[in-house]
Amino acid sequence: MTPAALLLALALLSVGAFWIGKSRSLALVGGTRGVRHLHSLPSHYGLMTALWCALPALAVILLWLAFQDAIILRLVTDHLPAGVRDLPHNELSLVLNDVRNLVAGNVPPGSVNESVRAAAAEYTRMRGISRMALTVLIMVMTIGTILWVRSRITPQLRARNRVEVVIEWLLIGCSTIAVFTTIGIVASVAFEAFRFFSRIPVLDFLFGLSWSPQMAIRADQVGSSGMFGAVPLFAGTALISLIAMLIAVPIGLYSAIYLAEYAHPRFRTWAKPLLEVLAGVPTVVYGFFAALTIGPALRGWGETIGLNVASESALAAGFVMGIMIIPFVSSLADDMISAVPQALRDGAYALGATRSETIKQVVLRAALPGIVGGILLAVSRAIGETMIVVMAAGLAANLTANPLEAVTTVTVQIVTLLVGDQEFDSPKTLAAFALGLVLFLVTLALNVLALHIVRKYREQYE
Amino acid sequence: MNKPRLSAKETQALVARSIRRRYWAEHRFRTYGLGAVIAGMAFLVYLFFVIFSNGIGAFRQTELRLDVFYDPAIIDPAGTRKLEELQSADYAAVVRAALKERFKDVEGRAATRELTHLVSGSAAFDLQRAVLRNPSLLGTRETRWVLASDAVDLTLKGHVDRALPEAERPLSDRQLGWVDELRAEGALALKFNKGFLTSGDSREPENAGIWGAVAGSFFTLVLTLLLSFPIGVAAAIYLEEFARKNRWTDIIEVNINNLAAVPSIVFGLLGLAVFIGFFGLPRSAPLVGAMVLTLLTLPTIIIASRAALKAVPPSIREAALGMGASKIQMVMHHVLPLAMPGMLTGTIIGMARALGESAPLLMIGMVAFIVDVPKGITDPSTVLPVQVYLWSDSPERGFVEKTSGAIIVLLAFLVVMNTTAVILRKRFERRW
Repeated sequence: MTPAALLLALALLSVGAFWIGKSRSLALVGGTRGVRHLHSLPSHYGLMTALWCALPALAVILLWLAFQDAIILRLVTDHLPAGVRDLPHNELSLVLNDVRNLVAGNVPPGSVNESVRAAAAEYTRMRGISRMALTVLIMVMTIGTILWVRSRITPQLRARNRVEVVIEWLLIGCSTIAVFTTIGIVASVAFEAFRFFSRIPVLDFLFGLSWSPQMAIRADQVGSSGMFGAVPLFAGTALISLIAMLIAVPIGLYSAIYLAEYAHPRFRTWAKPLLEVLAGVPTVVYGFFAALTIGPALRGWGETIGLNVASESALAAGFVMGIMIIPFVSSLADDMISAVPQALRDGAYALGATRSETIKQVVLRAALPGIVGGILLAVSRAIGETMIVVMAAGLAANLTANPLEAVTTVTVQIVTLLVGDQEFDSPKTLAAFALGLVLFLVTLALNVLALHIVRKYREQYE
Repeated sequence: MNKPRLSAKETQALVARSIRRRYWAEHRFRTYGLGAVIAGMAFLVYLFFVIFSNGIGAFRQTELRLDVFYDPAIIDPAGTRKLEELQSADYAAVVRAALKERFKDVEGRAATRELTHLVSGSAAFDLQRAVLRNPSLLGTRETRWVLASDAVDLTLKGHVDRALPEAERPLSDRQLGWVDELRAEGALALKFNKGFLTSGDSREPENAGIWGAVAGSFFTLVLTLLLSFPIGVAAAIYLEEFARKNRWTDIIEVNINNLAAVPSIVFGLLGLAVFIGFFGLPRSAPLVGAMVLTLLTLPTIIIASRAALKAVPPSIREAALGMGASKIQMVMHHVLPLAMPGMLTGTIIGMARALGESAPLLMIGMVAFIVDVPKGITDPSTVLPVQVYLWSDSPERGFVEKTSGAIIVLLAFLVVMNTTAVILRKRFERRW
């Protein structure tokens, strides 16, 4: 059976197990009239049987599928002709890739050689055997456990408590996924990054001034060693983020002030969601917008006043990114301004201050920590934003502070290094993970700081 | 204390003088605020205007009326009427013959080539399909509308400046003449572009469609929903209803809040290193895409679900416990149904975010050029936003329109999802 069919069969078996457990418990006490003699509800006995049937089988299936491919490939490799088997590791993996593609039907059989075709046939055969074995194992296991649990059901069995313990553990398991995600990110990205740092020194990476990750194929080619100095990328990221914040902070802050303090409630109810639409538009749309409209427009304006603007200028990307970030700033600032107690405003009014004076000298000062926290969150958003810069910013690493020139960013380089044909284990690919590690650590630090500030601020007025 | 004391009159005069300035500052401040709100909305309106004015044309495509003669001498010279013969015949020659029949005065290879470039390469496949469906067409004549080429389409939609020198235009003077001639007699027309909504990707703008990307998005999103909703709700229930406040739950909470703000591309790196590199799952597959997007949307769903659970008043819980329910029964039978609308709203918003997400999917290879419409969760496929990215990278002018058209479809899906969320919230929101 295919894995999908097996899962479906398992689901059906579990439903069957539920009914078997339930009817067994009822039969023990002589039908529904005797239900008061049972410790738990009949459905709890059913659930217990179903859980015993499903959970172990599910674990076996997942483990089996996780390791099936690797084991079969091992066995298939042993069947390859000796000449192929002795190839260096990376060439062998290419051959195995062909085998896999042929099995998956991604390439026509005519396009590969005889040994690959034989290996693919072997692979298919092995997979058939493996699937058959798994099916038999699961069937025996589930039916065995169902019968075993059924024989153990007695009216005194504390089925509800057992089911609830299992459910609680399942809930705990689900809640730890967030922790495992973080561990997974740190472990995987850091692992690849350290492999990169074992070839390129950390200091060269962090403080090097030139970035050209093109590695030559032969060692004697000109410029054969790639340059992995990431400072131009950091500078480009900082420049574009700065431009974005210069757009987003004033507009976002002023709109938050207007909506929170001045606007008529009716205006507010439709203006606020409308502004937030800006945050819901997919970033790829902004990227297209920047590349199609803003970039060429800036270039045109530059020409009319005699400035040379690159069509992939930092200004275009930063401007559009700023538009995207407006709602983040405005809704956070709005929350913070609304959290300032009315008594502070009333006090200022009583001293004769106008509304704008109250806002500037009392409300904003009181809300400042929260607003700063919100801005830090927005900065972290700008640094990690990918699609806008991939589509609207440049590719060449350019160490400049001129917003009219093309610069590149950390995220752009991650994408260009990892999309398309990859050679695994080359510094070029690993460099993307090193950049990813830096990106993760910087945004993490910003987020922790921002969340800390915001939480402190909230506590102050609660 | 050094300042001289002012008399009441002098103070009044001072205040009267400054009050104008202060009111003016007040007015200015207020105008800045309104200006900022208006600026934000103006950006929104302009963005939508650009996308719609560029993209509306993608839903219409130029077609060309041809008098086709299904010449047995070209299609089936041996007269066998075998399926393989009919399949491998030179249908481009049939199209060429039909064009030459219409323009009898065209002589020479260069002119013929220019003439055939008026028609899309897919016209031959179109004829092939018609013949395979109905072999009795052989030897008959038929008036058919076939797809015109991308260059003709652009010209008809007015995207080509005729004043440009000939070398910079997609169509030569001669071709323009033919186009005008055909147009005058009604043999060129803009028709609803069914292929855009029903076919897969293509290198030719006139044949490219979004159905492959829509199907890929569908598989990815359904799988994301199936994975993230149960896990997110379960995690929220545990944290809100069962967990004792201790260091472990603190760690989980901090983690969730931080993950919500981690750049999405980092999740893509995780997917590439762990799911593809370590577990050997297939590249470009909706399965891996859904797993990455699940990790990405989980924080959103958990946070929304916890808020929904918090909104259920404690009296409900106490009543259930008082009636002898166990804690799990109390949650499953009473609290969860009441919190469900809020959880669903949060989930839909998370799904909308997942639908628009593209950066992590680039990392796991859902960015390949894929013509076939995916049929399952392990087929190589792409998704709508990535299709937008791919098309926006294409140099052909025709793809600008297609890109905007795909964006319109994407935005339409997002509007539907968000409206559902809003309606759900309005309809089931309960104030206790």
